[in-house]
Amino acid sequence: MRLSTIAAMAATAMMTAGPALADLTIPLLSYRTGAYAPSGIPYADGFTDYMTLLNERDGGIGGVPVNVLECETGYNTQKGVECYEATKGDGSLIYIPQSTGITYQLIPKATADEIPVHSVAYGRTSAVNGKVFPWVFINPGTYWDAASIMIKYALEQEGGSLEGKKIALVYHNSAYGKEPIRTLQELGKKHGYELTELAVDHPGQEQKSQWLQIRRERPDYVFMWGWGVMNQVAIQEAANIRFPMEKFMGVWWSGSEGDVVPVGDGADGYKSVTWHAPGKDFPVFDDIQKHVVDAGKAAGDGSKIGEVGYDRGLYTAVLVAEAIRIAQEATGGGEITPADMRDAYEALGITDERWTELGLPGFAPAFQNSCEDHGAPHMGAMQQWDAKAKKWTLVSDFMEPDYDVVNPLIEEDSMAFAAENNITPRTCE
Amino acid sequence: MLYREAGDFKTTYADDAQTFPIAFDRWRYYAILIVAAVIIPLVIDSYWAKSIMVPFLVFSIAAMGLNILTGYCGQVSLGTGGFMAVGAYASYKLMTAFPELNIFFVVLLSGGVTALVGAAFGLPSLRIKGFYLAVATLAAQFFLVWLFNKVPWFFNYSATGQITAPERTVFGIAVTGPSVPAYASYLFCLAFVVLLAWLMRNLTRGKVGRQWMAIRDMDIAAEIIGVHPLKTKLIAFAVSSFYVGVAGALFFSVYLGAAEPTEAFGIQQSFLVLFMIIIGGLGSIFGCFAGAAFMIMLPVLLKNVMAGALGWDTTLATHFEFIIVGGLIIVFLILEPHGLAQLARLMKEKLRLWPFPH
Amino acid sequence: MGVGLLNTIEVILNGLMTGVMYSLVALGFVLIFKASGIFNYAQGVMSLFAALTLVGFQSGQIPFAELINAVFGTDVHHFGFTMPAILATLCALAVMVLFAIIVERLILKHLVNQEPIILFMATIGLAYFLEGFGDMMWGSDIKTMDLGLPQGGSFWFEDVTKTWAAEGSDYWGMYVDVLDVIAASVAICLVIALTLFSQYTKTGRALRAVADDHQAALSVGISLRYIWVVTWAIAGLVALVAGSMWGAKSGVQFSLSLIALKALPVLMLGGFTSIPGAIVGGMMIGVGEKLFEFYVGPMVGGATENWFAYVLALVFLVFRPQGLFGDKIIERV
Repeated sequence: MRLSTIAAMAATAMMTAGPALADLTIPLLSYRTGAYAPSGIPYADGFTDYMTLLNERDGGIGGVPVNVLECETGYNTQKGVECYEATKGDGSLIYIPQSTGITYQLIPKATADEIPVHSVAYGRTSAVNGKVFPWVFINPGTYWDAASIMIKYALEQEGGSLEGKKIALVYHNSAYGKEPIRTLQELGKKHGYELTELAVDHPGQEQKSQWLQIRRERPDYVFMWGWGVMNQVAIQEAANIRFPMEKFMGVWWSGSEGDVVPVGDGADGYKSVTWHAPGKDFPVFDDIQKHVVDAGKAAGDGSKIGEVGYDRGLYTAVLVAEAIRIAQEATGGGEITPADMRDAYEALGITDERWTELGLPGFAPAFQNSCEDHGAPHMGAMQQWDAKAKKWTLVSDFMEPDYDVVNPLIEEDSMAFAAENNITPRTCE
Repeated sequence: MLYREAGDFKTTYADDAQTFPIAFDRWRYYAILIVAAVIIPLVIDSYWAKSIMVPFLVFSIAAMGLNILTGYCGQVSLGTGGFMAVGAYASYKLMTAFPELNIFFVVLLSGGVTALVGAAFGLPSLRIKGFYLAVATLAAQFFLVWLFNKVPWFFNYSATGQITAPERTVFGIAVTGPSVPAYASYLFCLAFVVLLAWLMRNLTRGKVGRQWMAIRDMDIAAEIIGVHPLKTKLIAFAVSSFYVGVAGALFFSVYLGAAEPTEAFGIQQSFLVLFMIIIGGLGSIFGCFAGAAFMIMLPVLLKNVMAGALGWDTTLATHFEFIIVGGLIIVFLILEPHGLAQLARLMKEKLRLWPFPH
Repeated sequence: MGVGLLNTIEVILNGLMTGVMYSLVALGFVLIFKASGIFNYAQGVMSLFAALTLVGFQSGQIPFAELINAVFGTDVHHFGFTMPAILATLCALAVMVLFAIIVERLILKHLVNQEPIILFMATIGLAYFLEGFGDMMWGSDIKTMDLGLPQGGSFWFEDVTKTWAAEGSDYWGMYVDVLDVIAASVAICLVIALTLFSQYTKTGRALRAVADDHQAALSVGISLRYIWVVTWAIAGLVALVAGSMWGAKSGVQFSLSLIALKALPVLMLGGFTSIPGAIVGGMMIGVGEKLFEFYVGPMVGGATENWFAYVLALVFLVFRPQGLFGDKIIERV
């Protein structure tokens, strides 16, 4: 049994080998199944559709077609590792791990294999330090940026002072959920608010005790670091206890359509941080409609276009495509290597004019990466859910975090990692 | 004609009691060992090592551990994921606290730590039986994972609670950390598999193993003929946890390299290992390997065939993967309720007689 | 009354409600275990499948749309009509009955007289199968369960309880979710209906006979296969109810299948074979874990609910190995 299985697998592996050469290969570790599929489907659709658009409209990037290798992980770390090992030989230019667990796996592995990793506003926060993590990119920002932006927004709402206010943090009891605690504590020392941490154990279907506690303590603000089913339940419970929704804010992974639609009218007014403008009122969506959807080449059924998750996939695809373009310019066009890709990412920048050229005016803030900073622009805005119109609208400008608080924390954590793993940070001159 | 037993005489008791009394089986066993230890390391690449062989070997060890407890001693446990976490965190703490200690001993010591924890959680087994015990061991599962998530000492006060394995070497070759050659991680795991399988074989055919089986078959009767139930059950829990702890340490340090308790050691791992031993066959060492191969390799194979070779939509392929694995489990159970090991036994009996049916 | 006492009452009350929600899931396990000695691992996935089917019918989704589109190159997703909730519920129920018949025909029939662990394993295979099948049939996206049930804290109850606090204290009144009250009433109706069914109908009596002794039941002419279909169909009904109640809270999505984990400590506590045990066990777990999380949780960092339920059940089991209401385990050599 065992031998025959291995033999059969060897045969299959041989059949599946044979990468499509002369393409720009981008593996997409998607999760369209499993517990987190509601978040994974729009994301994968947005990413694939934009790449399809580039192929259909422009014939690829710099004349070379893009080949998106989709590999289903189901948000499972082991399957993610399998996907990485299966696709890394196919000339993959960059990995977008799409889950915290897979990111932590890939940071050391991809660094050793010299393939860049782009964890799009998730993963290991201190990886934003390009001196210690030369192969890891975390644009457009980190969880610590998000925490700081949320406090900044709350400060604005309260007229500049949070002295004596109470803030409750409802978080997923995992590496991801624990990310903001340190930052919020540090900021609390600075602004004088009182932080209550309320952990919700995975998966988070039952949060009655946490919300009873919130109801009793009546905090001024509730922040949420939720994921999966925890989001819908938390928003539902907040609506149930009639917590003022405009004072309830989630991080970006707690702020997409799938999180609020199931709650119905109760979710009206709920806010979340975002790093891009929501919706599909941008010229590029007309192109997508024309070249991708109408041509019958869309990745999904079309119902996700313009959702927050879809826009995030699109944003990621734009960054990857721009980096490829920069790499091609630097190397003289055509095919590029993962190392070129890394250099391009470090030089990656999109100005407001470039966003407009791409058909996305005002979609996201302009930014410029550098050798030290792998997470520009670090900016986020607050969006609010309108349950009647079923859409998100921006209610603030894009804001910068409090670098005075965030940067020392990043320095400390990344240096601890460097010490633990015998990495000598490179100098960025 | 495969089994030529004529002329295969046993002249000593040792010969008679050996694990593979039939010469053909013995040669096949040596052949597999040579292929596994010599030929595979020469040809293995990083995909085969990291996505197929290493997880297969690691889960074989975990399956052996659970099989000792469930298959030989009759105590169903769903705490495997939690005990794997103990092994993983013990190895992390040992690796970071004693950087000089050889990783081989780190893994063994982690197994030892897990054995102690496992024995402690085995105490209620004296009173609780059957499915009630299975569910009771879930207490261990959830509590241990929660503990590793909550107490910062376990993850050296890092900001996120993730643990990352630093690089450690055996004979100057790295076996943990990012830049491990494919053959090294494979051989390191294989060494433990061979060692532990040998140990398990000798434990289960000795006095301890017979006591376990007596308890499994009927504990009250076993007690009456002089088997100490508490001692026997606790030894089973400890030995089983030792295996599972070693598996957890390897899972973290060699296979994953970085882990977080909720995801890597969740309840799904406990169920996975239980599925392995039931599909493979309770109370059989070969069954541990067969079950691990079924549960680890089959999904990868199906995925490669459907999404890779046939080029299906990845979502559909994943759905079919679940449908086929589920369907196969049911079909196997209907055809042979005692697992793949029993299937292999029947095949062997047929082959010994073949081509003469009587 | 002091505010502290009122708070405790509030926690207990909410714990009771949550506990009943757990019981709803546990009930499905108990039914099948009683009638056939099978520990049905697939119960959670059945809840998910039932809820998916209900929502799918209600919104007029085309089953297997993804597969149809992939094979025939079409682009179909919806029938273009919606169904009233009642009709959709009945349709979903019909699907669950059909499911029960298929399970009996294809699986149980072939596994008569096997050991419990083999049957348990078969239900694991079933869970895997149903997980892939349900996802393929209805898609893995999150869906909104809208049965028109009210949700949110009860104003009336808040106003009433507000007056209980001492004069001048800053007390908001007690919180109780209307949906939880409805779910609790449904659960109680379900238990009463099941009890009446098993006491006063012919099939119900046959059901109890089978639960007592398979062989004896067979010898008096009860068809085991028919009884199994009935049990699995009833378990399907319970799964549908549990799925819709939980689905109304969180939307219908894959995680719904994980609520089974919440039912296991309830089963341990109440006993695998007792229907009232499932209800009482659920309430004890609900109150216990809420009180612990509320008063001890903050001291140890919170998120204790998952393990506390199991530890509570474990402690009970050490003193009463068959659960609170389980049949006494008699061992003979």
